[in-house]
Parts: sequence; structure tokens; C-alpha cells
Amino acid sequence: MIELLSGNEAIARGAYEAGVKMACGYPGTPSTEILENVVHFKDVIYCQWAPNEKVAFEVAAGASIAGARSIVTMKHVGLNVAADPLMTLAYTGIKGGFVAIVADDPGMHSSQNEQDTRHFARFAKVPLFEPADSQEAKDFIRFAIEISEQFAIPAILRSNTRVSHSRTLVTLGNRTEGAPVGFEKNPQRFVPIPAHARLMRVALEEKLARMRDLACTHPANRIEWRDRSLGIITHSIAYQYVRETWPEASVLKLGWSWPFPDNLIEQFTAGVKRVLVVEELEDILEEHTRALGICCDGKNFIPNIGELSTPRLQASRAKMEGREIARPVVPVPQSKDLPGRPPVLCPGCPHRGVFHALGKYDVIVTGDIGCYSLGALAPLSRMDTILCMGGGISMAHGMVKAGEPRKVVGIVGDSTFFHSGITGLLNIAYNKGTAVLIVVDNRTTAMTGHQDNPGSGATLMGDPTIAVNIEDIGRACGIKRVHTINPYEVDKVVKLLGEELNAGEPSLIISRYACPLDIKQPVGKRRIVKEDLCKKCKLCLKLGCPAMEGRDGQAPRINETLCAGCGLCHQVCKFAAIAIAEEVK
Amino acid sequence: MNSTNGTTTSVVLAGVGGQGILLASEIVARAAMIAGYQVKTNEVHGMAQRGGSVIAQIRYGKEVFSPLVAEGTARVFGALERVEGIRFAHYLAPDGLAVVSSQAIIPVTVSSGAAVYPMDAHDRLKAIFSRLIYVDAAIIASKIGNIRASNVVILGALSTGLNLPIEAWHEAVAQSVPPKHKDLNLRAFEEGRSQA
Repeated sequence: MIELLSGNEAIARGAYEAGVKMACGYPGTPSTEILENVVHFKDVIYCQWAPNEKVAFEVAAGASIAGARSIVTMKHVGLNVAADPLMTLAYTGIKGGFVAIVADDPGMHSSQNEQDTRHFARFAKVPLFEPADSQEAKDFIRFAIEISEQFAIPAILRSNTRVSHSRTLVTLGNRTEGAPVGFEKNPQRFVPIPAHARLMRVALEEKLARMRDLACTHPANRIEWRDRSLGIITHSIAYQYVRETWPEASVLKLGWSWPFPDNLIEQFTAGVKRVLVVEELEDILEEHTRALGICCDGKNFIPNIGELSTPRLQASRAKMEGREIARPVVPVPQSKDLPGRPPVLCPGCPHRGVFHALGKYDVIVTGDIGCYSLGALAPLSRMDTILCMGGGISMAHGMVKAGEPRKVVGIVGDSTFFHSGITGLLNIAYNKGTAVLIVVDNRTTAMTGHQDNPGSGATLMGDPTIAVNIEDIGRACGIKRVHTINPYEVDKVVKLLGEELNAGEPSLIISRYACPLDIKQPVGKRRIVKEDLCKKCKLCLKLGCPAMEGRDGQAPRINETLCAGCGLCHQVCKFAAIAIAEEVK
Repeated sequence: MNSTNGTTTSVVLAGVGGQGILLASEIVARAAMIAGYQVKTNEVHGMAQRGGSVIAQIRYGKEVFSPLVAEGTARVFGALERVEGIRFAHYLAPDGLAVVSSQAIIPVTVSSGAAVYPMDAHDRLKAIFSRLIYVDAAIIASKIGNIRASNVVILGALSTGLNLPIEAWHEAVAQSVPPKHKDLNLRAFEEGRSQA
């Protein structure tokens, strides 16, 4: 049977077919939909969201060492969090096939950096698979599971935005079960105390040498002989752009790209006159090809920043051939004077009330990653730093202790609080900080599409469970001032914030209201502008609500299909010019 | 330029997050699949979906490599919002067909006074595209019974610029929408097609 599947759907299908029994992860674009699709196979695959990627990785590692085929999913920056268990699992090795599925985001469509996960494969010394479409995404999961078991080593499957979110045709197959689960005690394998780890270190190099040989004949790697005047070494989605840009050239397509299949690279390059390495992001293949003593072109023609594409490679080709880049025969982009349409906090978003209140004070706001990152944009402009998940809490403390003269407020979401905010909170209590911490708790992991988390009361597999109480965690960490607010009560929020900023001790504020998109309910009754009362002061427009449409020289208008009835505009209006729509008519 | 683009048909859809771009993209892809082609699509997820500009790309043919449409190569271009029709106009091939909804969705940048929504969008669209169908898709869809079917109205008009059989479109619409909305969407498709 053939189906049109996204790369992420295909990876989930691949896990099913490869006999995976455990799937674990933390949401992150572009990887999120993998587990959301694995859940369709929950009869045979236990699957769950973990509080963060390190926990997810360790859960999968435990399952694998007990004998279950396991996958763990995350976005590229998630592997930074999970790097600790990765580096040592490479030493101890695994039992049931183990694949860390990591989705990179070249071009930073939804990310704070564009790090290249291939470095991690080499860093940790584990095999790396890189599919170029959905069929390969599915097939390579099986390859990765097989290689992982054969060499008792964790594998990485690296996807990216275009592989994960493109849909291509996939031929479905059947499920193959792995060996039965049953942990076998073996301290020399699973306990890397120095005496054991030194032996593991040697064994790891031996595994790599054997994998290097096998990769030369493995079906994930292939040579496509065409015209031999140019041979291109490429990988992942870049292969697709290469085939369109140089349809006549010979290609070495690396699907199992690390350990480098040296003999295959030498065989290929010996068969062509000129060698070009086309890789997205870093020059990893190019550097190694040169290290083999092979003369090649690469980043001297191919961009090393952002995504590749057929037009970008066509420009590279023109440069290589010393031609002018053919002028596009298309109209130039007509968008120079168009109004921008950046992503914004949704109408009725509970975060808006918090940012509005923060706007009343001269404070520094250190934030992190989630929908509320959008609070950094105009007109709210009320977040001053973003570094990483949970970072806002710890950085707030650092600023305070550095002697920053203004008050500092750290912000995290509920999911990022569970991810890595708790340790930061503990640090503030322990080290006598004074920052104000706000958890904007909308009861879900909203930005990635509403995944459950430890506070939301349900598991990925759909079972009801505990809903962890953030206030209790705060108190358990040693925070004495803990307050819960409704972010739509503007005056109360502003007042509380004023009190806490001057408390002289750490304060935890939980702003709690469920994401209206998630619970699929408006916040309240739709509002309307009474034009006769409106003084056109534009205060309501400073909320940055997409439902509030400013009009030149006229009273603003509230878009009736967008308004979620949160009433923030109603509360900030000083002239009673905003009212509940049904009460006006 | 050496390229196999000539054998691949490219479609670009644009609009505002939440307008039903992904469903429209799925319908085009299914129609091409039903017609026996290899298909690839690409869509934007994550941050860009929160009310921002979004585009979806569909490519079909005997053999398709890149899932991305190169600028200036789309055979048809559909926009569910008129300013987005201008913003992504450069994806269309010079002789391609553009279908643009007259609907206007005011961005926050305009509401906050940082930018101006162009009042001459229709004139500008006429100046950009040699083949333009400007459709009151939201009004048509509302008359049929649901403004959310605007996306399928646009597809109906767009289908006249592609070489896929009408049966494939009908089947693709029927497969892609919930059964209870099937008749409404098929009507939306036909209404859109009659605008061409």
C-alpha cells in the first residue's frame, strides 16, 4: 500500500514496522508530530512525553538496555539537553535497537539557532542516518535499529524541517518484532566505572572501524553513475536539490553518513574528474573528503548558512562555471511596502495580560522558549532576553546578583518550567535571590501544537494522570512568596506585581488560564467598540491583539470572528468605549 | 539552466495561519496522486502558524525531487488573502494562473500603526499577474453555508489552470474533508471553478 506521508508520519510508521516497543520525546518543531503519530500504534508501542529531552533519552535508554527496541525524539537543541546520556550510552552500548531521532531546523523557521546535529554523531561516536524523503525516513528507522542492535550502539537519525514536514509517497510494510524484553546483569557492559569504561572506550573504536567498512556496502549509501566530469557527494534533503541542479552529474548519496564510508568515498571520487561536496549547514563531509587527500570543492561555492534550495544551488553552479547567474524571469518580489504579518499572540491569549502588566513597570524581563516568546515583539515588547528553556529563571538571578540596578523578572511557561525551570528556582531560593519569577501556565505545551505535560492531567496515550501543582513545587524548592493569578484581571495583576517586585525576596507568580485554542472555548463574551465614546487614544491597540483592528483617523474595530472575549481591551479602555457586544445591541 | 523542473508541475498556496491552507494543500496533493503522479508537498508548522503568513507548496510529475517550489516556476498560485497574494506573487511562473481571494485580514502591524494595509491591492494584483482570477471566496463560501470553505472555492478556480481530471479533484475533496462537510465542499469547489 502506498500513502502520502510527512517525514514525521513516516518515521512513526518506520518505528512501528521496525518492532519498536518504546517511544519517548519532548515536543519541538520540526520533530513534534513523530510521537503524535506513534500514538496511533499505542497497542504495540508504549509512548510518552517526558518533561525534557534528557529524561526522554534516559527512559528510552533504560527500555533499550532491558531489551526493547526504542526511539527518542527531539529537535536539534533538545539533543543539547540530552547530550549527557548520549555521550556515555555510546560507551555502554544498548541491547534493543536504540535510535535518537533529531530534527534540525536549517534556516531557523522555528528555532533559536541552526546547529548541525551531524557534529553530535561524530562527537559521541555513534552511527548517523540521514533520510532525504519520507520513504527513506521510514526505511532508515529500520536500518538504524538493525545497525544499532548489530553493533550494540545507539544510532542517530537526523531529520530536518523539509524532510519532517514534506509529504512524499511511502510504500508501507509489515511489523517485525524484536527479541523479548529481559535485562541481563552485566556490570562490565552497563556500569561505566573507570575500570570498565576504559575497556568500553577501546571497544567503541573497534565498532566504529567495523561500521566504517559496512557503511561502504550498505543500501543507505549509493553511487549513481551518470556523466563523470562532475561527481557530487551529498546527503539528506540536499540530494533533492542536487538532482534538480545537476541532473547530469554522478552522485554519491550518503544516507548512512557517519562513520564516513571512506572506501566508498575513494571509489566514487576516483571515478570522476572533479568532486563537489554539497551539504546543508556545516562542511563536515567536505573536511573529511579533504582529510582523505581528495581535492574537492564545497563551501567555496555552496552556502554554509541557512537552508539550501534548488535556486541557491543554481546560483552556486553558475559561480562554479564562471557564468552570470541567470536573471529570474519572474516579477521581482512585490512585497517591499506590504504590511508585515509576523506570528503574534492569538486573540484571547492569557499571556497578553501578563505582558501588559509588566509594561507598567521599568523592569528587565528574561524569558525563554514558547508562545510567550512572542511577547518580545512590538507592540508588547516586554521580553528582553531569550536563551534556552528555563534560562529566563536562572538568568534573572544572574542579573540580580550582578548588581543590575533595575528589578528583574524571569518568565517561563508551564511546560518549560517542568523542562528545566525547577532547578533554576531551587538555585534562587538556595542562593538568596530576589528575582520575581512568573510561570505563564496555560495548561499545555501550546507553541508546538498543544501537547500534554506533567501539569496538564493527561498522558500522550490519552490516560488521565496527576496534574502536578506548580505552587507546591515552588514551596518545596523553598520559595515562600507564592501567588496564583488570573491573567485577565488586569488591575489585580498589576498590583500584585508591584508588591512582589519590592518584596526583597524571591517570589513565584503562577499566571494560570488554559490556552483558549486548546480547550476550544472563548474566554468570555465578544467585545465591541462604541465609536461615539472612543477618543482614539489607541491604548487598546498596544495590547497587540489580532482581533483589534486599528483604522486611520477612526475608532478601532473589533473583528467579530477573531475576538475571544478576554476583555483585556475592555479593562484598559479609560473611556468606557469598549463593551460586551450583546449588551450594546 | 539545467533542471528537470520542466517535467514537474508546481503549485503554491498562500494565506494567513488558520485559513485552511493545509487542507487545501492536501486536496491538491491527493488529486495529483489520484491522477497517478508522484507527489511532494511542503508546509510550514510551528511558530509561523500563529497568525503569520503561511505558504504551502505542492509538486507533482513523473519524478519529483525537491519538495520546494523555486520562485518563478509555479504553474498556478492561490492566495486566500489579497495582500498575501501580492507577498508571494513571485512564486508564479510568468505565464501562470493566479487565483486570489478578495478577503482582507488586517495584520497587527497595521492595527498598531506600524504599517499600512494597501487599499489598492486589487489594482496591484492586476498589474502583477497577466492571468488573474479575483474571487470573493469568503462571500461565496458564506452563501453556501460556511466561510471556512473559502479555501476550497479558491481551489475550484485554481483547478482550471492544472491538467488534473475533474474526477480526481472531486474524489480528492471527498477524501480530505469530514463526511458531513463533503457536499458543502464539493459545491464550494464547483462555485470556485465557475469563476474561472
